[in-house]
Amino acid sequence: MMKRSVIDILDLTLEEIEGLLDTAQDIIANPDKYARACARKKLATLFFEPSTRTRLSFEAAMYELGGSVLSVTDAASSSAAKGESVADTAKTVSCYADIIAMRHPKEGAALVAAHSAAIPVINAGDGGHCHPTQTMADLLTIRREKGAFSDLTIGLCGDLKFGRTVHSLINAMARYPGNRFVLISPEELKLPSYVKKDVLAKNGIPYTQTTSLEKAMPELDVLYMTRVQRERFFNEEDYLRLKDSYILDMQKLRTAKPDLCVMHPLPRVNEIAVEVDDDPRACYFKQVLNGKYMRMALILKLLEVEV
Amino acid sequence: MNIDAIQNGIVIDHITAGRGMRLYELLGLDALDVSVALIKNAVSHRNGGVGKKDIIKIDSDIAINFDVLGFVDPGVTVNIIRDGQLVEKRRIDMPERLTNVIRCKNPRCITSTERAIDHVFKLTDRRNKVYRCIYCETKA
Repeated sequence: MMKRSVIDILDLTLEEIEGLLDTAQDIIANPDKYARACARKKLATLFFEPSTRTRLSFEAAMYELGGSVLSVTDAASSSAAKGESVADTAKTVSCYADIIAMRHPKEGAALVAAHSAAIPVINAGDGGHCHPTQTMADLLTIRREKGAFSDLTIGLCGDLKFGRTVHSLINAMARYPGNRFVLISPEELKLPSYVKKDVLAKNGIPYTQTTSLEKAMPELDVLYMTRVQRERFFNEEDYLRLKDSYILDMQKLRTAKPDLCVMHPLPRVNEIAVEVDDDPRACYFKQVLNGKYMRMALILKLLEVEV
Repeated sequence: MNIDAIQNGIVIDHITAGRGMRLYELLGLDALDVSVALIKNAVSHRNGGVGKKDIIKIDSDIAINFDVLGFVDPGVTVNIIRDGQLVEKRRIDMPERLTNVIRCKNPRCITSTERAIDHVFKLTDRRNKVYRCIYCETKA
């Protein structure tokens, strides 16, 4: 059996993503059918950086498939603190588990693990680089809320410079026809030019850049809010100055389309007012649930489990 | 300026003027215990014009890392000399992958901390000669 890992959303073809989305929707419709699909299989969650939600999502996904979980939650207590390499950790864990979900602060760490592990590796976030299962959660949310991936105007708001979920979503949505992007951010946190050049311009995808969330609001079908992340800054002053730049509240939502889909990879700090949570356009907690279903679908695929 | 002809060795010719020293360093020629000549700003008649080029002559038949040549200066010519005669002439193209030639500059890249890891770059844009780290995708 050829083991397969997923490090980047682009490791999956469009057909494979469609297949995963179909599986996820089948899991939602028929959860009992999958309840013992991964019996006697073990998922190792190796988290070298704090991320409660992503880890819980992977673990919940494996439990709902009837599998079990081995967990490393804190690098300080793990062999990494004793100086073990990522490659050696991956080889060691391959002896105990059937599949690995790994979060690491260094970019490319999951690829190193995938090169060394004897079992499939899922990248659960490698620094500011890739987070493919978050993108899968985003795609399932867009599919369930909007019905399709094409001809959408997608607003991306907040930290577009360091926000890996944004880069990954752009990569994924750029593969579908007719979409356009509105990039809403402060000057300091604009989308890196290589993403604009290598993904948007290269594929002839229209986009506009603005610093005003209000101005962009009326035309959007999807609004993807992001957190201005403290850990991506070298300088605390820059973080404090920019963290409140873009806050979504009911006032700003007044001009939005009635079927706008508001998304956020979570956790939010204060970029979406709590009052928005009760609005039917708020989809970010549905996104969390969708993430679990997509992780279930991905685990099934990589373990080559037929249901 | 006269540099003796070599009997058995390698001449790297048509190096873009100014890149000779970088090639000298990346090829590790400073560590060789043989005669090596780096000629800067020699006269070049390539493409019918008169320009400048660098030349490296190595008086030994050592193994050259062609990937280094293709990365630093695609288009150089490598002449293999045996018994004073030119026996092979090779044009060098850009390699698809570059292993352990340069290091990733991104401090957030796993290569900055992982021990015993190969530093690998992939050619992602041939026209603009862009190489990216396979781990973090940072430009070389």
